[in-house]
Amino acid sequence: MNAMEKPALSGQDRQAPLVRLERAGVSSGGRWLVRGVDLSVSPGEIVTLIGPNGSGKSTSAKMALGILTPSEGKAERKRGLKVGYVPQKLLVDWTLPLTVRRFMALTVKLSDAQIHAALERTGAAHLMRAEVRHLSGGELQRVLLARAIAVSPDLLVLDEPVQGVDYSGEIAIYELISRLRTELGCGVLMISHDLHVVMAATDQVICLNGHVCCRGTPSAVSQSPAFLQLFGHRAGAGIAVYQHHHDHVHLPDGRVRHADGTVSEDCAGEHCEAPHGHEDHSHDHASHHAHAHGEGCGHDHVHDHNHGHAHDHSHTHSGEAVKETTDAR
Amino acid sequence: MLDDFFTRAVLAGIGVALVAGPLGCFIVWRRMAYFGDTLSHGALLGVALSLLLQVNTTLTVFVVSSALAVLLLLLRRQGTLSSDALLGLLSHSALAIGLVCLAFMTWVRMDLLGLLFGDILAVNRQDLLLIYGGGALVLLVLAWIWRPLFAATVNPDLAAAEGIKPERVNLIFTLLLAGVIAIAMKVVGVLLITALLIIPAASARRLSSGPEVMAVIASLLGCGAVVAGLFGSLEWDTPSGPSIVVAAMCIFIVSLAPWERLLAKRGLKRSTNP
Repeated sequence: MNAMEKPALSGQDRQAPLVRLERAGVSSGGRWLVRGVDLSVSPGEIVTLIGPNGSGKSTSAKMALGILTPSEGKAERKRGLKVGYVPQKLLVDWTLPLTVRRFMALTVKLSDAQIHAALERTGAAHLMRAEVRHLSGGELQRVLLARAIAVSPDLLVLDEPVQGVDYSGEIAIYELISRLRTELGCGVLMISHDLHVVMAATDQVICLNGHVCCRGTPSAVSQSPAFLQLFGHRAGAGIAVYQHHHDHVHLPDGRVRHADGTVSEDCAGEHCEAPHGHEDHSHDHASHHAHAHGEGCGHDHVHDHNHGHAHDHSHTHSGEAVKETTDAR
Repeated sequence: MLDDFFTRAVLAGIGVALVAGPLGCFIVWRRMAYFGDTLSHGALLGVALSLLLQVNTTLTVFVVSSALAVLLLLLRRQGTLSSDALLGLLSHSALAIGLVCLAFMTWVRMDLLGLLFGDILAVNRQDLLLIYGGGALVLLVLAWIWRPLFAATVNPDLAAAEGIKPERVNLIFTLLLAGVIAIAMKVVGVLLITALLIIPAASARRLSSGPEVMAVIASLLGCGAVVAGLFGSLEWDTPSGPSIVVAAMCIFIVSLAPWERLLAKRGLKRSTNP
């Protein structure tokens, strides 16, 4: 329990969490699948669970959802919570005739207009008449996501929402998730085993390996010793904490390749300044995070440039990113 | 009109087929064919019990099948035995115990073949009332749990996450199944009930664009099988229960070949080349 654990939204007026796990664990056949998980998701917050296969990510999410009852500890959900869930696997047998349209109305009744609107949002409206089992991996993920958001849920739980999706589609889906979070104001609990792209919009990353290894902001976790031990130093070095606009890329040696192909020693220049017009937020959180990352955060400046886009939700990160950048200098 | 035994038989068969269609779809979707078999074999035990205790046969069959269903759900949740082996064990044990019990009751003269393969031509007015009354009740309850049951069939976790209680709808569904077995036993007998549930549903698959459509088509195809089977049995003097199943099988074969191109559907290639 160090300062790193402070959720990024702590500066704001916190609402009651939608879902909370307290020292929760599940045992099966005398073996602990996962143990001692603490997590909470508040409205508008994105929490990402990462960890290797079998580390208890899905199990933790299922405890949060009430699919599994914790063998120890507590799982609490807000009363009347509306949940949208994207499961890890969805196998539709050939015996089951199921079109996307019917699948959308799986758990609740929806009008055609609602179905269309939700599919439109995830860019899958053209698939309305398709059979679910004929969808490609990426199409299925978009449909699953559309179904989960069709009812305007309070809480979205996404179990590996980008599996089977190619890299550019992956980024589009992450962008979509972060946009949905803003538009719907819902909390998001996301699971990922893919560490190459961890969304910067994530407020908190919880790294699991049968227990909680470490937690914090994406950039803090990617540098934490526990994380590096679990995934190896290369994972930490190569990790791209994804930011929305790729106008430059940070090369492994610390130099920067800009969109026009030029390479410079750093990303100094207008696009690396604090986001214009966001000064208030930036400074606010910058100072907050200065303390948070005071120790054990010898960042190698591998990530975090969040500039030029004015999404509300990114303010806190903008601030953080700027501060870390300055730290590294 | 109901004075004619053949008319009564046709009506009884249609009544059962109407109910069997939608339930059969769920059995096919959930891969529960063996489960249905187990429940219907357990029905024989119910018959033996009802003779022993001298109580209503249909009711006893329903109670025994339901008890078996609940036992199965509990055992499966424990997860000690694979459900396949578990079902095989219970299915044939129930059948054997039923037969042994019947053999012990030497004072009862029992038409064993009628129990195993049905005695649809002996259906009386009371049976008809039971089939249509019970059938309507089963369909009403099924309509009531349709959406949650279907959601739990597609993905139990997803359903549970979004406020559906899969175990509860599963339980209700199994009880409905036990109910259908109790009312269908007289028509096709304990050994062939599963056939009447599964074959029309399987035949309906390739003609359907959605689950609800498939349920309706399964009912209609089941009715077709009943009518064709009964007329066939009248024509060729064959046992009626098995004739209905043979007719259903013929419908299934017809459903396989030509429709694929006609309706531009895909996906059943596996079943055409083994």
